[in-house]
Amino acid sequence: MKIHEYQGKELLKKFGVTVPRGIPCFSVDEAVKAAETLGGKVWVVKAQIHAGGRGKGGGVKVAKSLDEVRTYAGQILGMQLKTHQTGPEGQKVNRLLVEEGADIKKEYYVAALTDRATQKVAIMASSEGGMDIEEVAHATPEKIIKVFVDPAAGLTDAQATELANGIGVPAGSLAQAVDTLKKLYTCYMETDASLAEINPLILEGNGNIKAIDAKFNFDANALYRHPEIVAYRDLDEEDADEIEASKFDLAYISLDGNIGCLVNGAGLAMATMDTIKLFGAEPANFLDVGGGATTEKVTEAFKIMLKNTKVKGILVNIFGGIMKCDTIANGVVTAARETHLAVPLVVRMKGTNEDLGKKILAESGLPIITADSMAEAATKIVATVK
Amino acid sequence: MSIYINKDTKVITQGITGKTGQFHTEKCQEYANGKNCFVAGVNPKKAGESIFNIPIFGSVKEAAKQTGATVSVIYVPPAGAADAIWEAVEADLDLAICITEGIPVRDMLVVRNKMKAKEAAGGKKTLLLGPNCPGLITPEEIKIGIMPGHIHRKGRIGVVSRSGTLTYEAVAQLTEIGLGQSSAVGIGGDPINGLKHIDVMKAFNDDPDTDAVIMIGEIGGPDEAEAAIWCKANMKKPIVGFIAGVTAPAGKRMGHAGALISGGADTADAKLAIMEECGFTVTRNPSEMAKLLKALL
Repeated sequence: MKIHEYQGKELLKKFGVTVPRGIPCFSVDEAVKAAETLGGKVWVVKAQIHAGGRGKGGGVKVAKSLDEVRTYAGQILGMQLKTHQTGPEGQKVNRLLVEEGADIKKEYYVAALTDRATQKVAIMASSEGGMDIEEVAHATPEKIIKVFVDPAAGLTDAQATELANGIGVPAGSLAQAVDTLKKLYTCYMETDASLAEINPLILEGNGNIKAIDAKFNFDANALYRHPEIVAYRDLDEEDADEIEASKFDLAYISLDGNIGCLVNGAGLAMATMDTIKLFGAEPANFLDVGGGATTEKVTEAFKIMLKNTKVKGILVNIFGGIMKCDTIANGVVTAARETHLAVPLVVRMKGTNEDLGKKILAESGLPIITADSMAEAATKIVATVK
Repeated sequence: MSIYINKDTKVITQGITGKTGQFHTEKCQEYANGKNCFVAGVNPKKAGESIFNIPIFGSVKEAAKQTGATVSVIYVPPAGAADAIWEAVEADLDLAICITEGIPVRDMLVVRNKMKAKEAAGGKKTLLLGPNCPGLITPEEIKIGIMPGHIHRKGRIGVVSRSGTLTYEAVAQLTEIGLGQSSAVGIGGDPINGLKHIDVMKAFNDDPDTDAVIMIGEIGGPDEAEAAIWCKANMKKPIVGFIAGVTAPAGKRMGHAGALISGGADTADAKLAIMEECGFTVTRNPSEMAKLLKALL
C-alpha cells in the first residue's frame, strides 16, 4: 500500500527525522491560508499523488508570494498530472502540500528496502539526490552505496557512518546524517514498510539535514497490525476495479489488452497471460481467484472483467486441485447467465473432477468453447477476437 | 528415490486443529503411506488429545521427542506462523514446511536471520520450505502439503516451482505423457523464504533417481538467475525452464508478494535469457514443458 508524501513526512517526523513545516490542503483557499500560517517568503506547492516524477510533470512549483501560491494551487489542483509512473491518462490531483521553502546546498538520496538475496534490510545512499535513482544505478552505479542490516542488530553507528561518509556529508553535519539514517531504519521496521525512500535528503546552508520528499510502500501482509497506516489509504489513487475485486478476495490488475483471464493461482495466471501474448493477442487483466473459489466469487470475477469495455473474449483456466472442476464449472455457467455474457468464452479445466466439469459446461446450453491445454485455449480465444 | 522426504519420513503437523490443517491432514493421511507418516500434531491447549488418530502434543520439541519425527508442516495462521517456524527450528528438526500464506515480510526477515545465527553458532541447521507454498511430494510414497495427490506418478523427473498451480500444471503434463516424478517441490511465492531454486536443483543433482528437472520461476528477485549460474557449472542433468510473467508490467504485484518487478534484471525476459545461456532448454509456451523434457531424455 502506498501513501502520500505529506503522510510519509508525518511518519518520518514521528520517528524524529527533520522535515520542512508543511500543511496538506484540499482547496486553493486552504493553500493560501496554509502559506500565511507557515509565514516566510518562499513556499513550495506540491501535488499529492502516489506516482513519482511529479516535478517534471509540472506538479511542483516554488511560489515567492501569496498570489503565486494562489495561482499555482489553482493550476495544480484538479489537473491530470502525467508522469512516467501514471500512464498516459495521468492522475487527477485532489490534494496539495504547501511547505516552507528550503535552502538547498546539496541533495542526497537515501532509502530502506528489503533485500531478497541477503534476506536483510538494505539501506542505500547516494550523493546524486534529486534524480531518478534508477538512472543513477544505470549510469553511475558506483555512486550508490549500500549496507545490509540484520534485524537483530539494527543499523549500527558504524554502518550509518559508512553511508554518510560515502555520500560526502560534511564533517559538521555527519552526526545529524547518521542519526537521520538510523531513524529512517527504525521507521521502516516499525511501520512494516517495504520501501521508505527520501529523495532528496538535503543539506541546508546552515548545515541541517532535512527530508524534502518521502515515498513509502507498505507490506500488505502486515497492514492488520497497523491501523494508523491503513487510515492513510487514499482510494482515489487506486484502480476502482482492483478495490472492488479485493472485497471478494480476488487479486485483479487491469492491463491494456482485450482478452479477459480468470485463473486460479498467481503463477498459472501469469503463465496464461503469457500464453495469450505468445499466440498473438494481449491480456486485458490479471485475475487470480485463489484456492477457494465459490460460485459467488466466480460471478463477481466475471462482472469485474466485463466492466472493462475493451474485453472482447474471456479465457478461464483452472487447475483443479483442492478446488474441484465441477464447482468452477457451475460458477462459470451461473456467472455467464447472470452477466448475460455476450463475448466468446473459452474454458480450460484440468485436474480434480475434470470430466464432470466439462459435462456441466457442455450441458449448460451456453456457447462455451472448451480446450485441453493452455496453448489450445489461447489459440481458440485469440482466433475469436481477431 | 527422492529428495528431502520418502515413505519412512515422520511428520509433525503444526496447526493441525485449525480448519486448513484438519482438511489437508486428512488428505495427506489418505495419500500412499500417509497413515504411517503423519505421527504428531501440535497445539499447546489440546495436548493429550488426538485428531484423526494422531496424538496432539504441547510443543514441537515434545512431539519430536515422543515420536522421532524429523519434519514438520505448518498451517498456523499468518500472525503466528513465523513463531511456529522458529519452534520447529529450536526443536532441531531436519525440515520445516510452511504452507501459510500472508506472513508479514518483517516476521520472515527476523526468523530467517535467527536461523542463520543459530547455524553460524554451530547449532543444527533446519531447512525451511516456503512459506506460502504448496509443499512437497514424493509420488506414491508421501505427500506433505496441499497439492492434489492424484495427478502425480512415481518416476524420475524432478519439478521445482514457486507457484502451486504451475507446479501441478507441469506434473500433470509429465504424468499425461508417461513421465513420473521423483519429487515435486513448491518453494513458494514470498520474497523472503527458505529453500530456493538453487538448493532444490542441488538436491536433484545429487539424487541418483532423478534424471532430469523442470524448473519454473516467476518475475521478481534474483533466485532463478542464481540457480541457473550454479547449474551451468555443476548440473549433470538436463533442465527445462519456464518463467511466468512476460506480460506482467513493472511495479505491479502479480498476486504473489514476491512477483514484483523492481530492478530490470528480474523480468521474465532477462531470466529466460540467463537460463538459456546457462544451458537450460527454455520455453515461452508453458503448455510444452513436459514435451520438451521428454525430447531431452
